[in-house]
Formats: sequence, C-alpha cells, structure tokens
Amino acid sequence: MATTITMPQLGETVTEGTVAQWLKKVGDSVEKYEAFVEVSTDKVNAEVPSPVTGVITQMLVKEGETVPTGAPIAIIDEVGAASGTNAAGTEPTQQVANAAAAPPATAAAAPVHSGNGSSNGQRNATDANADAALRSASPAVRKLAREHHIDIRTLSGSGANGRVTADDVLTASRMGPAAAVGQAIGVGTNFGATGAPAAMPGTPSKPPATPPASGTSTYGEPIPGTLVPLNQARRIIAERMVESKHTAPHAWSMVEIDVTNVWKWRTREKDRFERETGYKLTLLPFFMRAVVESLAAFPLMNAKFTPEGLYVNKDVNIGIAIGLSTNLVVPVIKNADKLSIKGLAIAAGELIDKARRNKLGVDDLSGGTFTVNNNGANGSWASAPIINAGQAGIVTMETVVKKPVVREDDAIAIRQMMNSCLSLDHRVVDGYVASGFLADLKKRLERMGPDGAL
Amino acid sequence: MAVTTSSKVLNNVEAVRETLYEAMKADDRTIILGEDVGNRGNVFLITKDFINEFGPERVIDTPIAEASIVGIAVGMAMEGLRPIAEIQFADFIYPAFNQIVGEAAKTRYRSNGEYTCPLVIRTPYGGGVRGALSHSVSIEALFYHVPGLKIVAPAFPADVKGLLNAAIDDPDPVLFLEHKKTYRLIKGEVPEGHYTIPLGKANVVKEGTQLTVVSYGLYVHWALEAAQQLQSEGLSVEVVDLRSIRPMDKATILSSVEKTRKLLIIHEDNKFGGIGAEISAMVAEEALFHLDAPIRRHCAPDVPAMGYALPLEEEYMSSPAEMAQAMREMVKF
Repeated sequence: MATTITMPQLGETVTEGTVAQWLKKVGDSVEKYEAFVEVSTDKVNAEVPSPVTGVITQMLVKEGETVPTGAPIAIIDEVGAASGTNAAGTEPTQQVANAAAAPPATAAAAPVHSGNGSSNGQRNATDANADAALRSASPAVRKLAREHHIDIRTLSGSGANGRVTADDVLTASRMGPAAAVGQAIGVGTNFGATGAPAAMPGTPSKPPATPPASGTSTYGEPIPGTLVPLNQARRIIAERMVESKHTAPHAWSMVEIDVTNVWKWRTREKDRFERETGYKLTLLPFFMRAVVESLAAFPLMNAKFTPEGLYVNKDVNIGIAIGLSTNLVVPVIKNADKLSIKGLAIAAGELIDKARRNKLGVDDLSGGTFTVNNNGANGSWASAPIINAGQAGIVTMETVVKKPVVREDDAIAIRQMMNSCLSLDHRVVDGYVASGFLADLKKRLERMGPDGAL
Repeated sequence: MAVTTSSKVLNNVEAVRETLYEAMKADDRTIILGEDVGNRGNVFLITKDFINEFGPERVIDTPIAEASIVGIAVGMAMEGLRPIAEIQFADFIYPAFNQIVGEAAKTRYRSNGEYTCPLVIRTPYGGGVRGALSHSVSIEALFYHVPGLKIVAPAFPADVKGLLNAAIDDPDPVLFLEHKKTYRLIKGEVPEGHYTIPLGKANVVKEGTQLTVVSYGLYVHWALEAAQQLQSEGLSVEVVDLRSIRPMDKATILSSVEKTRKLLIIHEDNKFGGIGAEISAMVAEEALFHLDAPIRRHCAPDVPAMGYALPLEEEYMSSPAEMAQAMREMVKF
C-alpha cells in the first residue's frame, strides 16, 4: 500500500516548507517514526518522522525546493504491515524459498520498487518476512547494517525463527560486494556532481582562474577571495531582513536609563540564583519584566500591521535575539507577561542553552510578538535594530557604564547607566506612543530594586 | 602478584586456612574473632589449632552476637589492629548489618579520611549442601548497594588466597564471601608465599566467541562445565569469573560483550535486584549497540529461601544442564 507523505505544517503560522535534506534515498527502507527528511522553515531545521513503515519509492521534491504545507513530498510503500501476518503464517515454505532465492548479491536492486501499489501474494510474503526481520533486528544488527550499508530485509537470518544476526550482517558484508559497490558508486557520483574535492595532484601552486564555487569557505571561517555558500538559515535571515526593511518603515528612538538599583539587586541575587537554577542571572530578565509591563500599558507596541487593520496581539510573546557564530536565532518566551523575573531568567536560560546546542525547535522560534535584543555585551552604546517582520518594535539593551549624573537636586552622583534603543514600525505606532513606551520602560526599570523578591 | 617459586594443590577451605595462618604469622596486629574460631577451630576447621599457636588474645571466641563481633572488629580496625571477623554462616549476618553498613562502610567518609576501617569480614555462603533455610543464603545483593564496602566472592583456591591477602591488606572494609559447597569440592594449584590479586578484577576463565557468561562463586564451576558441553556441540562460550562483586570490573565485562554480542548472567542469588540487574543495567547503558540479543539472567527464583527437601533445593539451585540449555538458547538466538 502506498502512502503519500505531505509537507507538514511546522508551527501554526507556517504556510510552506523547504526540503533541506533528504535523509534517505529512493529504495531506502524507513521505519515508523524514523526521521527521513529534514524540512526547514523560519530559521529552523526539523527532522520529519515517517508516519508508516515501508520503502521510499518516490521523492517528489528536490532538496532546496519550497512547497506549500500539505503538498505531497514523497511516497512510501508500506511493506506487509497490514497483510503480511497472514501471508507469513500460511506460506512458510514459500518464504524460505523466497529468502533463498534472494541472495545478498541481488539485494541492492530489490528495494527499488516501482511506485505501483498493486502487489501479488508472493511479494507480500517476502515483504512480510523482510518486515519481520527489520522488527526483530537487534541494536547490534542495526548498527552493523548501517556501517556496512546492508539492507537487513534482504538477508536470510540464521538465528532463531529466521532472525538476522550480527554475524549474518558481517557475512553478507564480506560475501555480497554488490550492495557495497552500489553504495560506493552512489557516493562517488555525488561528490563528482558537486565537483568539490576534485584533487589536482601535481599542480598545487596553480591559482584557480575563477573563485571556486564552493569549498571550505564558511561563515565561521571565511576565506578571502571565495564565496561562502548560502545555507538555509543565512538565506532566510537575508529574506526576512530585506522584507522587514522594505515593508516596515523603521523609526528610531533612545532613552538613557539609571540601572544602579537593578544592578545592585541582580548582584546580590546572582550567586544564589546560579547555585539554585544552574543559570546565570543577567540584567535581561529584569529588563524583560519591565518590557512586558510597558507593553501592557502600551498594547499597540504589541500589535502588528495588516492591510485590514492593526492586529493587537492578545499574548505577549517576547523574542530574544541570540547571536551564534553561524547565524542569528530569535527564540520566543511565550506568555512572558505571566512570568516573574525568576521565571523569565530560567526561561531565557533554557532557550539560550538550547540555542547554543542547536536544539531549538519550531515551537521555540515561532509566535513572537515583540523582541528584545541584549546588545551591550561587547560595549555597544547605541544600535538601530531591524524589526522582526510582523512585529511593531524591537528594543535593545546597550552596555551598562558608570557615569557622573546630575540629580534633581543638582548633586552629581556616579550612577550605572544604560541606553535602550527602540526601532518601531511607523505604520503601527507614531512617536507619541513609542516615546511614551520608552519613558514608561525607563520609569519601571529605575523603580526596580535594590530590594525585593525575584 | 609476587614471584613465587612453587605451588601446591589445595582445596578452597585449605586455601583460606593457609592464607589466614600466614597473615597471623606475618603481622601480630592480625586478630581473628568469631563464634567457635578458637577452641573449636571453626566449624570447617579453618582455624584449627590457631588458638594454641597464637593465643586467645589473637584468636578470640566470641559470644553468639554478630553485632558485637563486627562492632568490636570495627573498633579494633580503627585503632590500628587488622581484625578478620568471621560470621559463622552468612545467614547469621543480619544482626551485624548496622555495624557493617552504618559503621564500617562509612568510617573513612565520616572521619574525612582521618580513620579507615581495615576490616575483613569472612563468611561462608551459598547452598546446594542441604543447608535449608539458615545455612544456604546468598547475601551479596543486600550489601552490594553500599558504597564504601568491597565484596569479594572467589571461586578458585588460588583466587581465594590472592584475594584474601588483598582484602587483609586493603585499608577499607571487605566482605569476603566463601561458597561453602566449593570448600572441599574445588581443588587447584595455589602458589606458595604471599601474593595478592587486585580487588575489582574479573577473570576470563574460558575464552569464547558467541556468548559471554558472567558468574561468580560455585556457579562459575558449573558454568564452565556447561560451556565445555557446548564446546562439544560446536558452540563457543566465554566465561567470566567476576571474583570481585564490588568494585565491578566493567572493562572486562564490556570487552567480552563487545566481542560476543550476547550476555548471560548466572547467579545463585535471587534474580530480582540481584547482581545481574546491575550488570545488565551497566551493559545496557554502555554497550547497547553491541548487543545482538536481549540480556538474560539465569538466577534463583524469587522465593524466600532454599527449602530443606531435596526437590525444593534442586528447584532453587541451577545445574550445569540448565545452564547449558540457557546458553544454547542464547547462542542460537
């Protein structure tokens, strides 16, 4: 039975997906829940599990191609899952005959079925047997089969009840070069197509006439005179930045905030917090707490522009911009207004940790309504951030510096000061609302600390 | 192991006796205490005549009070003596549980290393001798959970001597388990003079390629017998004698399992929560992708004790034939 696999909807607002990488080839077997394709959407790559056990007979979308959610991307032929049990039970001798007639040497060709769903009884019996072999494969068998590029279903098992044993895999690897050769050729062809490591023995000093199309130059280690190929994340970042700058007229404003008391509060709590939670306590959660309170006071800052009107978001979902060595990610703390400073610190800590380990999922990255960018770590004093498309604003935290400040009573005091910059979508709000928001944010932060509970 | 010039054939009980005698001769801090170890010379005659040679101050007959035997020995050990306490049968060790687990095992930790407890507790354990409910028990799993305690259960006379010497030399408490059915049944070459075998090292007593069997004590001998039977059928089984139960020799077990890809654990103690459970968990954690069959444990049924009636004892105990069948099924899986 052939099952058509469609582009999944990864995230509630997602309408299309790109096949980033096929993890299988046509003819490969795939188990239910086994990842067989990597799909990328907004800045994230997700492995998609197969809904059925079977053999991939067709791949309908090329790597790099984008299709709408729900569009067919592959066809998987379910082998014997439903009808197999009967056939296996009633035709034991035929199974043995089939197994014997399918030595490892012919195995490579076997899985390349046509997409034709109709199958005769004989094939069902074989497939049922093969399916059973797959299901009873031990961890060692699976590992060895992967290492030696052997399809377990093509082996006749020597273990109890025809189970394929680790030794069977090793024997097939030694005796059935056909399968292995097929693999080797496949790999070789791939390399040839990209032209990548085409070695030039004897001519090492000859400079290439044109820059190589690809090679080892990467975003992390760029080589002068070469092209860094665009990976999926970089391509999406580029598109989103251009989209935002082209569609949302950016305006900009900055306030200077006295964070002396917040700083004292944070300094007093940080050791205990880290001990108790394992996460560092930075200024970020304090700032975010003030931001969500100010958003509540200025709901238009939490809105988005649509041709029909300004949609004022019900939820307050704060994105945190995190710069990684290879790209930028903006994971989102959902319902951030419902969290205390401590809750925000833990939520941010978890997301930062996930981002660094490259473990962010689609859900972590979608649904943001406003963004905070902690920009001051390297000493930045002011910046003009680009709004995350679909939001009304983005606010930054710049570096904290000690400054002489003239107080209201004309006394001069040394205070810890931080600039906060706001980029706003001028279609959504005007300067009146935006400056009110910034002033409110400043007021809230300056009132925080030096005492209190996180 | 020290260089030794000669050896002689001893059984396990003689190996214990010789080791204890040499320890008493070599170091007058060595004290033996327990029920009937003095005038009676131990119920298996292990310390026969020791009291005449070393005197009642070093070979101490105690009351029937196991908590006191171990408690006094802990005090001796902490204050510089090298006591070797005997629990006459492992079945009687329960009153001393607090002294072993609560005191001996924690001495070094509790005193931040200021005190250690160089104590050996010897005790005969195990069944198959018509010992019924009170002279058959395996106690290793009860103590196995306790950090700070080493547990040794040798199978061969040469290992008995080398490991008992290592236990006596060890600065921390060691529970030394002697399988009573092997006492006079098992004989072997034992090197003369003082030598030690490191605690925590298993021994591959038979090499094979299709299945790893891990066991200890009496069942090592039966597993070897079963493995020989399989050899004659063309099936190749590797037998690992654990020797030390804790520390566990992970490296030897893992390297054997990685070779054979199958693991059968055989022990006389009950299956539930036994030594096999820990070995299984360790191998599943560290070598899952080498396994070509489910790990199997061949152990005693979960009944409260070994019955006196022969059919009950036989039902409780395994046999070389049963072990061979389990091995066969594993190899052919």
